Amino acid sequence: MTFDVHLAVQILPLLLRGLVVTIEATLAGFVCALIGGLVLAPGYRANSQIARTASRGLVEFIRNTPLLVQLYFLFYGLPLLGIRFSAMLTGVLGLGIYYSAYIAEVYRGGVDAIPAGQWDAAQALRFSRSQTWRRIILPQAIPPVIPVLGNYLIGMFKETPLLAMITIPELLSAARQVTGTTYRYTEPYTMVALIFLVISYSTSLLFRHLERRIGV
Amino acid sequence: MTAAPTLWPFLPVLLRGAAVTLEVTAASGCIAFILAILVGTARVSRVAAVRGLATAYTEILRGTSALIQLFYFFFILPALGIDTTPMEAAALGLGLTFSAYGAEIVRASILGVDNGQWDAARALGMPNGLAFRRIILPQAFGTMLAPFGNLLVELLKSTSLVSLITLTDLTFSGAQVITSTGRPGQTWGAVLILYFLMCFPLAQAVRSLERGFTVYRGPARRPA
Repeated sequence: MTFDVHLAVQILPLLLRGLVVTIEATLAGFVCALIGGLVLAPGYRANSQIARTASRGLVEFIRNTPLLVQLYFLFYGLPLLGIRFSAMLTGVLGLGIYYSAYIAEVYRGGVDAIPAGQWDAAQALRFSRSQTWRRIILPQAIPPVIPVLGNYLIGMFKETPLLAMITIPELLSAARQVTGTTYRYTEPYTMVALIFLVISYSTSLLFRHLERRIGV
Repeated sequence: MTAAPTLWPFLPVLLRGAAVTLEVTAASGCIAFILAILVGTARVSRVAAVRGLATAYTEILRGTSALIQLFYFFFILPALGIDTTPMEAAALGLGLTFSAYGAEIVRASILGVDNGQWDAARALGMPNGLAFRRIILPQAFGTMLAPFGNLLVELLKSTSLVSLITLTDLTFSGAQVITSTGRPGQTWGAVLILYFLMCFPLAQAVRSLERGFTVYRGPARRPA
């Protein structure tokens, strides 16, 4: 089987339309995950034992089960509870929930890395709890974790082909549509692989550059 | 719906699927481990061409999606005249993908060994190859273990992708059970729990291993 360049060029517009959906899902999913991480992370240092155990358990469960099955669970399970989301919303939610469990851990690591003296100093200067967080802790905790967040963004981008399995018309769906009509596998899958490679590699270069600029 | 079938009678189906999941994990894990050591070592080679090839290998495999690579091995190798069973395609596809991540771990661990170790080996008249095998690699191995363990958990989860290339793993079995029971919510819930029961103990074991290696640093603390 040879590589038909003509076909590869011909299907490009179709694939790029899929790519738009892929990128939308990645960005929306990432915003969900950033927020979800904020919801889960404080659970680690909650005062009540129950809240700590519950958030810890939830994070462990999400991290120790496959995203694909989580997506199936949401896609086929939510409607049984009477919740009807579009496939896209379910997919974005699924990506967001999965990665929030990882991002919560990133936030926690960032905050834990702040020396205890910073907390003591804030207390000594009579900063309120919220002032301590806003003025002292977060400004120091966020820059070092940006590269890690970048890795997760790229990681999430590479997981989006799973969304094809819950009927979302993203990049891989578009390629499968081509294989279904032409019975050619080499061109569509190679093109998809190349598109992924170009985007994830250039994004990782961007984050490496950013990393150097903030000097961590 | 009277006398709706419960899931219990289908547990053996799911457990058989879980066995296949573990099998795929073991097969692709072995391939990934061996390739990771080779490619990771090549990444720190003195020969620029070897280093370049190894870098291209990791960047390409890490830059594309695991599922796409799996499809590649499943659909395109046969078209090239190489016949693979789904199991072979799965082991090869996931093995290659994860070897790229593993190679980064190997590389970082080798670079993490103190340079003085190289100097000492040289001072004792050891050739580079021998110094690498006897002095550097054994020390790098310790730091590799925990990250490799974490990668194994990721691999175990990623094996759910092989259900999409017709392998009857746990995820595929879940889909089969749904066609017999018509209970997607419960079945996927049960499948999630089974995956958790496999991954969580593994993750905990890795964590205790990690603690064993970092005990001297002491935990980071801050007042509540």
